[in-house]
Amino acid sequence: MSDQPQEHSGPVMTAHHAGLVGCRSCGRVWPQAQPRCDRCGEHLAPPDRRCLQRVWAWWCAGLIMYIPANVFPMMRTQTLAGLHGSSEATIVEGVVELIHYGNYDIAAIVFIASVVVPMAKFIAIAWLALAAGRPATADQAHTRLKIYEVVEFIGRWSMIDVFVVAILSALVQLGFVASIHPGPAAVSFALSVAFTMLSAQSFDPRLIWRGLPLRHNNET
Amino acid sequence: MLKQGTFDLKTGAGLIACPRCDALHVEEELQDGETARCIRCETVLASPRGGAFVRLIALSFTTMVLMMGAIFFPFLEISRMGFGNATSLFGVVLAFADGVLLPLVLLMLVVVAGLPVLRAFLMVYVLVPLAQGRAPYSHAARAFRWSETLRPWSMAEIFIIGTAVALVKVAGLASVHLGPAFWAFCGLILVNVASRSFMCQTTIWDAIEDSGLATDGRELVDPNAQASRT
Repeated sequence: MSDQPQEHSGPVMTAHHAGLVGCRSCGRVWPQAQPRCDRCGEHLAPPDRRCLQRVWAWWCAGLIMYIPANVFPMMRTQTLAGLHGSSEATIVEGVVELIHYGNYDIAAIVFIASVVVPMAKFIAIAWLALAAGRPATADQAHTRLKIYEVVEFIGRWSMIDVFVVAILSALVQLGFVASIHPGPAAVSFALSVAFTMLSAQSFDPRLIWRGLPLRHNNET
Repeated sequence: MLKQGTFDLKTGAGLIACPRCDALHVEEELQDGETARCIRCETVLASPRGGAFVRLIALSFTTMVLMMGAIFFPFLEISRMGFGNATSLFGVVLAFADGVLLPLVLLMLVVVAGLPVLRAFLMVYVLVPLAQGRAPYSHAARAFRWSETLRPWSMAEIFIIGTAVALVKVAGLASVHLGPAFWAFCGLILVNVASRSFMCQTTIWDAIEDSGLATDGRELVDPNAQASRT
């Protein structure tokens, strides 16, 4: 039970250094040849840069889906069967509209959840993947792990806008008076968020802690 | 079976590796209320809490009951010019039953309601035998691993914030009232937070193992516990 951070001065023995591999699901340690953890059945993988390929693949997929999510309308509002006008709004237009009506706090939530967070997440994952495996001081590694944890935690919250569109279009079906229909951006935005979540999950935080060569045979 | 404090660097028996930074630690059985942190990155490795299993089971059942209400009761009601509409989560799905967006809405139902219920069910399946001190059901290890894998994908609490945003957006268009399901979802968030604070993966893995499943001959045996059990 130690709440005060104990700075460990000496070199830390890692499972990889000892020729072992640790299970990321339950923590048990196995010889490197073991394919699966016998306790929890999780697939065992040594911390090398091959996992970064998967990170980049999901990252690119997420970025590609993020473009139509911003170009196409998120939802279409019809009032009085189109006589009173119908309007289409993309994500940014929706935020502008909220500001126009004076709902600054809700506008801020939507803007942060669907513009700031996705952009920050793309940048953070790319930076982590580029920096992974490079030698780093303990302080830098602590910062990177913090950033990774924030990205992992915050990724799901971008789904808010998708839920809002789904709720509104189911709720506002007042026939003649007013109706709301979802636009194509809702689907691509949902996919973009899911892909970036997968990208963050594929990243192996053990890579942050030390420079690992591409092929771990070279290391002996 | 291993004694406490012995380990083998050749096979890794008696050691645990930090899932975040790969640092090796010698495994120890902790007392309730103690917390083990990684020496390098300070990730919590284990923090057993007394009575956690029974509480987790209770909270899982609470989740299932609340979710029934959250799905079938309306969560928002609107009206304008005599036209009214009330929407339950189930109604959202029915509204899209013939549209091209049906897959999206089904997916939404799964992440908002399906996965929380599935996770609650898996936790009950894993923990009930452990809390009663019996051998776990078959595939308990797999059930628990799935439950942990699905954790980031169950999004009930995000849905509730989405409802609040939707409420403000239609406020200008029509008059809106919160339905009973909204409060059920709020309750679910509290239950979720509570169960997270009792959750300790390492303890549950140890308990699954101690009670006889997936024995790889490596579980730590606390001599006192062993004596009291037999």
